[in-house]
Amino acid sequence: MSQVIEYSETVMEHFSNPRNVGEIEDASGVGTVGNAKCGDIMRIYLDVNDEQIIQDCKFKTFGCGAAVATSSMATEMIKGKSVKEALQLTNKAVQEALGGLPDVKVHCSLLAEEAVHAAFWDYAQKNHLEIEGLKPPVEDIDETKEFYEMSGEKGRE
Amino acid sequence: MSKFIYLDNAATTKVKEEVYEAMQPYWKELYGNASSIYSFAGKSKKAIEDARETVAKFLGAKPEEIYFTGSGSESDNWALKAVAFAKREKGKHIITSKIEHHAILNTCEYLEKLGYEISYIDVDEYGVVKMDELKAAIREDTILISVMFANNEIGTIQPIKEIGSIAHEHGILFHTDAVQAYGHEPIDVNQLNIDMLSASGHKMNGPKGVGILYLRNSVKIGPFIHGGAQERGRRAGTYNTPAIVGFGKATEIAEREMDRRRNYETELRDYLIERVLSEVPYTRLNGHKTNRLSGNANFSFRFIEGESLLILLDQKGIAGSSGSACTSGSLDPSHVLLAIGLPHEIAHGSLRLTLSEENTKEEIDYVVEELKQIVERLRNMSPLYEDFVKSEKKQND
Repeated sequence: MSQVIEYSETVMEHFSNPRNVGEIEDASGVGTVGNAKCGDIMRIYLDVNDEQIIQDCKFKTFGCGAAVATSSMATEMIKGKSVKEALQLTNKAVQEALGGLPDVKVHCSLLAEEAVHAAFWDYAQKNHLEIEGLKPPVEDIDETKEFYEMSGEKGRE
Repeated sequence: MSKFIYLDNAATTKVKEEVYEAMQPYWKELYGNASSIYSFAGKSKKAIEDARETVAKFLGAKPEEIYFTGSGSESDNWALKAVAFAKREKGKHIITSKIEHHAILNTCEYLEKLGYEISYIDVDEYGVVKMDELKAAIREDTILISVMFANNEIGTIQPIKEIGSIAHEHGILFHTDAVQAYGHEPIDVNQLNIDMLSASGHKMNGPKGVGILYLRNSVKIGPFIHGGAQERGRRAGTYNTPAIVGFGKATEIAEREMDRRRNYETELRDYLIERVLSEVPYTRLNGHKTNRLSGNANFSFRFIEGESLLILLDQKGIAGSSGSACTSGSLDPSHVLLAIGLPHEIAHGSLRLTLSEENTKEEIDYVVEELKQIVERLRNMSPLYEDFVKSEKKQND
């Protein structure tokens, strides 16, 4: 039933002591991605000021060790950044910052990027802003076959 | 971290001291090839035949009906593939259950590729094979029914005698994967209408790398491993003497101590189940409350995911396992938990704790206390729990 997953020290550290866990009341933007079916759900809360600087960022995650660690790292990486800068955050950068992820866990870092973008989409909608390059979040990632293919996994059969 | 509490005995068990000691002479002193003619090898041969006799007696079988193999998986593969081949003129239909071990399921999938048809019988909410569905699946060309004795994840024990009797009424062979049950549950192959049975050494305090296939004398199938004349030409490969001796010794101990062991484990298991269900909210027991293996407990904790749970338990020195997808490298949670009707979300949050007679009540108390904290910690991090709490609050306002 179970298998030992080899995580880097940084992943284990972020999983054991996750940064920025929680909620933000009256958040500027909230994004939730993933679904229970595939076993990962991430929710990101943003507090963005008038200068479009991310003052605070929190997360809640249902998922494996890698999902928690990527959420933690992604929130750390965008905190204090401008919206524009934060949008440049890629799953690859999160992965590198974590010292790599096992192949079967790469989709977790994709989910973190999606969650951040979904939160920005919500922020843009609330403030009637058009942010270049920002796309509406995918409603049901589980049905996005490319998602799994991108992460080098086989699609569901 | 000095504390270590092993609660994964369904994965593998510790070799008993007595078993270990019994194996020792066959590495460096009595290393002779049991198939050789000189008297030095005769001692190895004798040890193997003694083990065979012990196993046969334990199962109510004849010694010549016991074949030593390399693993439970090999025994499963042999039974299914060899019956499929031997009976190919009679038919190409096999009946099994949806909750079998992958040694059975993946073998069936392979046989499907070769043109065999497999009926996968559903189970009820406790994991018991639906007998009406099983009966209805029987056809003229059905050659084999294979249903596991007890499930490795949720511990449910199947109505083996009844399934065997249905098979025999229709002239169909009955195989059971008893890897989890052998040495833990009483088994008499004649009383239970079993034609073929797979078992493994390392699930009952014996060594890894050795299994058996019980093959009723009337079952005529060919070998799976071709080669030398070992096992009366039905299983080639030089005898793994130490492992076979270990298997025999573990069986001898099981025969002697099974009742006491089962009673002890059952009491401890029920204590664990009762405490977890009453002290951790939003938790369910998977499998049946009483009709389950003595050492098996399987829970689902809502709103949390199994791998995270396992890592945090591991950090507290507790070894368990989960049916979460994330622990298996696939995206789907356990096929067993889905088959008993759990939604994906609940299946992802499962935890299997399997006890042995070495576990103590103090250990269980420690595990429950740690578990309570870990589950709460993960729930506080879970968006599913957040949504649940908010919707509860809304309803109460």
